[in-house]
Amino acid sequence: MNWQAFWLTMRLATVVTLLLGILSLPLACWLAFSRWRWKFLVEALVALPIVLPPTVLGFYVLIALGRESPLGRWWQSLTGHTLAFTFESLVIGSVLYSLPFAVQPFASSFAAVDRRLLAASAVLGRSGFYAFWKIIIPLSVPGLVTGVALAFAHTVGEFGVVLMVGGNIPGVTRTLSIDIYDQVQSLDYVAANSTALVLAVIAFVLLSLVYSLNRRYRRLWPRPFPM
Amino acid sequence: MASTIPNVTAETQRIAPAKLDVSIRARIPTQGALFELDVDFVVENGITILFGASGAGKTTVLDSIAGLRTPERGRIAVGKRALFDYERGIDVPVKARKIGYVFQDLALFPHLSVEANIGYGLGATSSEERAHRVAHMMHSLDIFGLCHRHPGELSGGERQRVALARALVVEPAVLLLDEPLAALDLPVRMKIADDLRRSIQKQPIPVIYVTHSRDEVFMLGERLLVLENGRLIAQGTPQEVMSAPQTETVAQLAGFENIFDAVVDSVHLERGTMSCRIGASSVELETPLVPVRIGSTMRVGISAGDVLLSTYAPAGLSARNILPGRLLSLSQRDAIVVAKVDCGVEFSVHLTMSARDSLQLKPERQVWLIVKTHSCHLLDKRSG
Repeated sequence: MNWQAFWLTMRLATVVTLLLGILSLPLACWLAFSRWRWKFLVEALVALPIVLPPTVLGFYVLIALGRESPLGRWWQSLTGHTLAFTFESLVIGSVLYSLPFAVQPFASSFAAVDRRLLAASAVLGRSGFYAFWKIIIPLSVPGLVTGVALAFAHTVGEFGVVLMVGGNIPGVTRTLSIDIYDQVQSLDYVAANSTALVLAVIAFVLLSLVYSLNRRYRRLWPRPFPM
Repeated sequence: MASTIPNVTAETQRIAPAKLDVSIRARIPTQGALFELDVDFVVENGITILFGASGAGKTTVLDSIAGLRTPERGRIAVGKRALFDYERGIDVPVKARKIGYVFQDLALFPHLSVEANIGYGLGATSSEERAHRVAHMMHSLDIFGLCHRHPGELSGGERQRVALARALVVEPAVLLLDEPLAALDLPVRMKIADDLRRSIQKQPIPVIYVTHSRDEVFMLGERLLVLENGRLIAQGTPQEVMSAPQTETVAQLAGFENIFDAVVDSVHLERGTMSCRIGASSVELETPLVPVRIGSTMRVGISAGDVLLSTYAPAGLSARNILPGRLLSLSQRDAIVVAKVDCGVEFSVHLTMSARDSLQLKPERQVWLIVKTHSCHLLDKRSG
């Protein structure tokens, strides 16, 4: 078991999940409530990583972060080293790659909040921002838990994007999934087997957590109005 | 006057009672067709009933006043404060309108306690002031014991009171109630109606109360507006509108369970009555006199509660209409027993349960119906 790769993977997934939690709230809110006619284009863009080969996404991210790009040059002038093949580049690539897994559950649970409750809030003199924190967020807890857990699990399990933008630098960009690849390449099937098992268990535990939490939450708030 | 600031303290919030002025037009696309609303009315302090069948546009009127729907044109004002004015380009946002609105489905916040639900709209008040006002409101509506419960744990009547408290605690300039008691049993309904009336007396504001229940009209209303197909077809006191229904819609809404086409047979000018024959039957009814010619067709409305039922042929009665018939069926609705009687035409009669039992009524039994002349209301066929 490569503990260095394990902790790197956990650190990456945690950072990415935190960033996604923050980014996805306003984005999901906009997707759920905006009446802009071209909204579907943004929806499609957000969902793109689900269907795109990770190598395609990774390739574009690599180009965007590279020494030739404005972002890459800005980063270099700021920090003195390049952005590609660093932990930060992994974070950026992973945020983009896992975005739909957070945004979609968030947005669909926001959209499922009864509009009459939001109307009641407005009639009572409260702003949309107040209603967001007091009504929408508390009533969307199952969706928020699902989004956060899926984003985390998906980041733990990613391979293609990491390989494209991060390379394979021990302690910096070598995550568990890359480690398995390495172990198989060097015909170390025993090590590959144990790493694969760790990843499978993490994914299973996270998903079980999501489903059990959602079930308990539903019992906590039974459908209040049978009318 | 800074009248657009929604969060004012309790002291300054007791604005002088102002009447609500509504004159709006709206077009709403419904399944396939275009629904047109065109109303113009004034609501004074006290309870005004907005009455109409479902789909008449009642909720659209309320949503427009609350700002949840923007009318096409027109004006909505509370006293001198315009909430919506098409000409002047005014459309005050929902949260600044200071309207109390109890929705048909109540829209209580399911994840908040009763206390938090009621206090939700109390914005810029200190937490003590807020707790005090919430407690006061819960006491006056008799729901203090429910404080920490959630809406899902309340009975229908309790939820109703919580919704009412939530709307009233912010001391709105106008209160809108959308069929607030429709889902409740009669005793609970009457109790809440009483509480509502008391709350309104303490805090005199214009109240629009939407219903399609006749009991509630007489129980609560000082004024009555009748809405049909997006238009107001009658207004006045409930007694004025309901006891002399000019149109068949009002009559049906007002509870004339018996409506017949009748031909005027003879006119008795000296007695102020006339005789009409119902439809193709041989049933004759004596009705009050109205200026029509013999042979013309009228509609007659008779409330099922105004008809007496006897198990033997009555004699020595002042009532002019005694109709022999055969009991067809008995059914029960709340505390009312509805008897269908065939007298040549079918009549609905409302009885009490004790009357049914002591008369030992059964279908097929021979009965006599007794209808006073002045219980026969002549209706305009115009809107039929």
